[in-house]
Amino acid sequence: MSHLFPKLANRLPLQIIIFLVVAGGIVTAAVNYYATPKYTRVGYAPIQPVPFSHALHNGDLGIDCRFCHSTVEKAGHAAVPTSQTCMNCHSQVKNQSALLAPIRASYESGDSVEWVRVHQAPDYVYFDHAVHVNRGVSCVECHGQVNEMEVVTHSKPLSMGFCLDCHRDPAPSLRDPKLVTQLDWEHPEGKAGQRADGEKFIHDWNINPPQSCTGCHR
Amino acid sequence: MSHSDSSGAQPAILSEVDPIDFPRATLVENDRSFDWITDKICGIIEGKTPTWWWVCFALACFVATWTVAGITYLVATGVGVWGHANPVNWAWDIVNFVFWIGIGHAGTLISAILCLLRQKWRTSINRAAEAMTIFAVVCAGIFPVFHVGRVWFAWYLFPIPNSNYLWQNFRSPLEWDVFAVSTYGTVSVLFWYVGLIPDLAILRDRFYKAGNKTRSFLYGFFAMGWRGANRHWSNYEMAYLILAGVSTPLVLSVHTIVSFDFAVSLLPGWHTTIFPPYFVAGAIFSGFGMVLTLMLPLRAIYKLEDLITQYHIDCMCKITLATGTIVGYAYGMEFFIAWYGSNPYEGFAFINRAFGHYAWAYWIMISCNVITPQFFWFKAVRENTAFVWILSIFVNVGMWFERFVIIVTSLARDFLPSSWGYYSPSIVEIFTFFGTFGVFSVLFLLFIRFLPIMPMAEIKAVTPQGDPHHGAH
Repeated sequence: MSHLFPKLANRLPLQIIIFLVVAGGIVTAAVNYYATPKYTRVGYAPIQPVPFSHALHNGDLGIDCRFCHSTVEKAGHAAVPTSQTCMNCHSQVKNQSALLAPIRASYESGDSVEWVRVHQAPDYVYFDHAVHVNRGVSCVECHGQVNEMEVVTHSKPLSMGFCLDCHRDPAPSLRDPKLVTQLDWEHPEGKAGQRADGEKFIHDWNINPPQSCTGCHR
Repeated sequence: MSHSDSSGAQPAILSEVDPIDFPRATLVENDRSFDWITDKICGIIEGKTPTWWWVCFALACFVATWTVAGITYLVATGVGVWGHANPVNWAWDIVNFVFWIGIGHAGTLISAILCLLRQKWRTSINRAAEAMTIFAVVCAGIFPVFHVGRVWFAWYLFPIPNSNYLWQNFRSPLEWDVFAVSTYGTVSVLFWYVGLIPDLAILRDRFYKAGNKTRSFLYGFFAMGWRGANRHWSNYEMAYLILAGVSTPLVLSVHTIVSFDFAVSLLPGWHTTIFPPYFVAGAIFSGFGMVLTLMLPLRAIYKLEDLITQYHIDCMCKITLATGTIVGYAYGMEFFIAWYGSNPYEGFAFINRAFGHYAWAYWIMISCNVITPQFFWFKAVRENTAFVWILSIFVNVGMWFERFVIIVTSLARDFLPSSWGYYSPSIVEIFTFFGTFGVFSVLFLLFIRFLPIMPMAEIKAVTPQGDPHHGAH
């Protein structure tokens, strides 16, 4: 049918197959990277009404996480501090700073400072901070090195796969509950020591993280 | 033709017993020539679009909008717009799915099993039956995909690695179903397309000669450079045979796996070992019903009596009769086992089917599926095409009700009286289902308008002229 189709049409089937294989590969790789939480969520660092630096307060000054997020050991929700908590110190320290004006305004009026939420589990997920913290899962496991963050950044994907990685094998993420808020702590004996201790905690405290759907989707 | 073959000397006894030479039915009547066959089949595509086609097409499009509207409403609102509620959580959606997927089976049986068994009468009906299979799978697929509710998560059905670590339960027959149906769809399309290639090339050449470059180009594109060379034919025959071999197990496996959706559960009325063969027989029964429903009007409208002869209709009626009788036997055997097995729950499930709240559906099923095909014993019935057509409609209706009876009555009355219920479809379900007949008709009408409804080359091979030895070898 040389009248109808040019000679290069003979190569068309092979070209179409190669195109489909290459395009399919690229699309698969692109979706796997750009459309998953390790890209869509990690790195989210919204501008907050007050430029509160965790690196300064926690990292340099050594204020414990629980000084502000006071409910984390007792409740499912880790509370964001009220402006009264800030004013404990800032009524004395830097009490004229322009950057702290929204805190003082909130303290006067009683309205909350409108912090922008960074980490959010979906409504259909049941997550309890206290259970994790009291069994030695450090803040750092899900929130990253907050003690080094000038601006709070979403550093872990927090996808369902991320949760399940730990629920299937919790040993590498367990430590003495006294150490949970020491975000730069590492096991002195390295990985092997961490695993040995982790297995011990699992046994002693009968840690049995749920892997069924209803464990989290209640 | 081959029965009189002899290799070497004939046994002496043959001349003594003088066997009757049982003539084979002619598959193309009135001594039609090759030219006539080509002109006839291509003429359907090349001629002006008939008025009836436009009327039917407009009507089909209108009916199809019911499905589109029903599904749009479902996606926008939620799966609750269907009448499902505890305890009947599978109802019309799964009934419709099994109904449509079952219809497809006749197409595959005709194209694959009859091909391997060298049943030459398949040539006149296999193309349209395969098209029917594909369009039926399309209609069937709509229901399971949308009954998941949040259809944008339907890809969870496939084992695709994902950041949720969701992985399918490969011990579930529902997951086998995903593979059974998608394999079935893929192989059916391939089989259909490979068969079409030589005919598309004929159309390419004819449109080229007629000066219609655009259509020639389109048919030519899909004919993939077919020149009818010896090598082409030899490759084609091999590919076709392999596809027939691949499809043959599918005829049996797909509906077997569909039946596992029920049989593997523990529900009385579902949990029976007879399901796989019974479902397969039912599928072929319903499929041949649909083939008759489609082919008889086509035969009348396009005057195809020489190609779809009385012999073809006889064959289809006989298969319908055979499979319908198997289905009737299965109904009886279910009752027998329910009694013989002495399981009070199973016994109740079957008594309830026949005499409970859904007895009306049960008796519609029995009359359509068991009584209707028995008419095909009679030659006079088989020769009355109008009557055959009406009976084929009953077969379709009956097979829909069979799935309704199996699925809904079993769920509505399970072990615990506290969880008994009665299901009625919502208006959305009703329109969504009837709309699929529109979807099917739109596709089928496009098929008969733009593609050759019969494989021309294969038909030529079974004409008397196609056999250079005139049966005498």
